Amino acid sequence: MTGELREAILKGSRRAAARLMRLIDDDAPQARATLTALMPYAGDAYILGVTGNPGSGKSTLVSRLIARFRERGDTVGCIAIDPTSPFSGGAILGDRVRMQEHAEDDGVFIRSVATRGSLGGLSRSTPAMVQVLDAMGFDTVIVETVGVGQDEVEIIRLADTSLVTLVPGLGDDIQADKAGLMEIADVFVLNKSDLPGSQHLKRRIQTMLSLHQNTDAARSAAPAIVATSATSGDGIDELFAEVEIHRRSVEEDQSRQTRLQKRHTHLIRAIARSELEARFDEHVRSDRFSQLVDDLAAGQIDPYKAASQLLSWLAE
Amino acid sequence: MNSSTPAPTTYRILIGKPGLDGHDRGAKVIARALRDAGFEVIYSGLHQTPGALVRTAIEEDVDGIGLSILSGAHNTLMPKVVELLQEEGADDIFVFGGGVIPEDDITKLEEAGVRAIFTPGTNTSEVIDFVKRACDDKYGRGQD
Repeated sequence: MTGELREAILKGSRRAAARLMRLIDDDAPQARATLTALMPYAGDAYILGVTGNPGSGKSTLVSRLIARFRERGDTVGCIAIDPTSPFSGGAILGDRVRMQEHAEDDGVFIRSVATRGSLGGLSRSTPAMVQVLDAMGFDTVIVETVGVGQDEVEIIRLADTSLVTLVPGLGDDIQADKAGLMEIADVFVLNKSDLPGSQHLKRRIQTMLSLHQNTDAARSAAPAIVATSATSGDGIDELFAEVEIHRRSVEEDQSRQTRLQKRHTHLIRAIARSELEARFDEHVRSDRFSQLVDDLAAGQIDPYKAASQLLSWLAE
Repeated sequence: MNSSTPAPTTYRILIGKPGLDGHDRGAKVIARALRDAGFEVIYSGLHQTPGALVRTAIEEDVDGIGLSILSGAHNTLMPKVVELLQEEGADDIFVFGGGVIPEDDITKLEEAGVRAIFTPGTNTSEVIDFVKRACDDKYGRGQD
């Protein structure tokens, strides 16, 4: 099946690509060989990450950006992530609702993905799915994270450019100085800028950035701040221009090899972590783990020794 | 392609609203019930064409499509989705529907390839049972 799927995907079969993505998501053994066989064809796509709070307008922005990329003649793949229920394992994947104007465009491929218990804002399968879209020849791949809080910043390991979407009315000034999400933006998008508080939000971000710059030597340019209203389309031209500026700077500053190294590092990490977590969960469900728990209660072992014991099983 | 595809860990269903009606409470109730039963549910949003729904179903690699129609256009829209799936070689994706649909039309729709129709008053567990069974059948899994 590996060769068949690979050939179909390289010929542009949406059906085959969609099937491979599902096999990847399910961590089916068949996915591995096919993905490996596709990797030589990947590496040319530009990866744009879009993250931000739930309800901050990420999907609407993504839809607007897809339209801009298409106007320029780029083909666009999109991975849109929504949360999995920790109780039922089910999910409602609703990002497409805002993107359906592109549903029948042959130059666009949109895939909704559930987190399936992964933290960090992406699913475990996301980096591999990006490889598939890249190998299919999509010029740009947009990854929309699950709605995030403060600390889910895995997107920067994957994307060439990361947009952080903020909206007015969430928290006081100290929120802007906290670590995590506020540090990862290449471009800040202040969406819903028609709402009260938008100017204040912009000043807060500017103040935060003015304090940052001296200490963050790695960042050569301060991130741009763009006010948008994704539903009306206000500010989208400016946002797209800023995305392009960042894209060009990445392409000038980093060789293809450097960018591939970053992606491949993230891909290997994601695969390894996924396996590690699966094995970890299996051992935690085992009888000998229950025995450790009993031993701790009986005072026969300390929690650190018990944890070491658990970790030692992972290497078996 | 399908014969060699292993059974998935999680079933995926598209809930679609084709045509012009804007009444999506029913679609959302079913989407939510399926989520709580462990399905990954892709919701299309309102006013979709059959073509857009079929493309969506293919890109999302869903096992089935649930169509919610309360406009009276079910006799046109539902068979159209079935037909387009056939054209795309994707008729392993089953189609079911819900809405205010007269008894006489149900038979015709079933003849046109719609696997089941659920009308107002249906318990969500009935829909879930149907969807689960249809998915299990697709992968040759027996019922528990």
